[in-house]
Amino acid sequence: MMKKYAQVIVVMGGFFLLVFFRNIARGDKQPVITSSDLGPINTPAPNTSNATSRGYKNGTYRGSVVDAYYGNIQVQVQITGGRITDVTFLQYPNDNGTSRFINSQAMPMLKSEAIQAQNAQVNIISGASDSSMAFQQSLADALSQAK
Amino acid sequence: MIMGMPVIIEIVDITAKDEDIEEIFSDFRKIDERFSPYKETSEVMLINRGKLARGDYSQEMNKIIALAEETKHATNGFFTTTIRGLFDPSGIVKGYAIWEAAKKLEKRGYENVFVEIGGDIQIKGVSSSGSKWVVGIRNPFQTDEIIKVLSLTNCGIATSGTYLRGSHIYNPVSGVNATDIASITVIGKNVYEADRFATAAFAMGENGISFIQSKQYLEAYMITNNERAYFTEGFSKFVQM
Repeated sequence: MMKKYAQVIVVMGGFFLLVFFRNIARGDKQPVITSSDLGPINTPAPNTSNATSRGYKNGTYRGSVVDAYYGNIQVQVQITGGRITDVTFLQYPNDNGTSRFINSQAMPMLKSEAIQAQNAQVNIISGASDSSMAFQQSLADALSQAK
Repeated sequence: MIMGMPVIIEIVDITAKDEDIEEIFSDFRKIDERFSPYKETSEVMLINRGKLARGDYSQEMNKIIALAEETKHATNGFFTTTIRGLFDPSGIVKGYAIWEAAKKLEKRGYENVFVEIGGDIQIKGVSSSGSKWVVGIRNPFQTDEIIKVLSLTNCGIATSGTYLRGSHIYNPVSGVNATDIASITVIGKNVYEADRFATAAFAMGENGISFIQSKQYLEAYMITNNERAYFTEGFSKFVQM
């Protein structure tokens, strides 16, 4: 199977979504559903937090086309061994020509740290809102087919 | 929901009037009606359909266009309102709308306020606890989790990003250790500054944080897809201990 790697910048209404994504081979793959293949081989500990991706049926599933405010997003999910092994964009808002951008520079004078969950009461939360909702919607749709 | 995003307005001052808050919501709806790239009757739609001559644009539209042009210049072209050949000023309108609302409330004498649209926030004074506002930065990989707690007053904060899980994303440039960006949170003197520069910095990828570092009144916290955070020199002063 040919593998093709591509990168795009999705430009969304001044909101630029930089996505490096892995584009699996072209062509439709029919879902191969094997009911014996639910869940990982090793029985997970009961307190595993990975429940959302456990137990999907193997195959390749397409999510619905979702309007991402600045264009359509549609994702395809590949399930192997009951887990998500790949997510591919079939459609994404794309601004051809002007926005291709490759980056490999270092960040010399900046401090860095590993991110860590915090336990605190907060008044407000800052987070991204825009395109990700459409992505999640399309993904959720693809995953519902994999159940 | 306005512009497809949740809106929260809080006035802590005991003099707060419901009608002032309602007026802000009404302002937001008007902005949405004018600038929505979807709505059949919006001015943006009329412009994109060629049904409105340049000379007939509203004053507010001209202002947004001027702000967008200035922002494009200030971000070395990493900010644009031309998306696939269509005009879409959404990238500037959100920060503008929040900032205008906060200024209006300030003029009415309110001293302790926050206004949020979809995770972008203008903050003034103190919260109901009497201390600075406590603001969490959302974990882009686990959206019910907070990974940084900030203590803020009289400033704006905005986050640009995507919740694509890092392990699904391959960076063909840097190879195995993909360090593309999950989110960047920018703190500025106001939310208009924070929002437009967060948008442009996110588009710059890893260079975005260095760009913010070079700006005097901006600080940022950038999270890469290998779950590391990079932050500007002045950012630490906002972190709650």
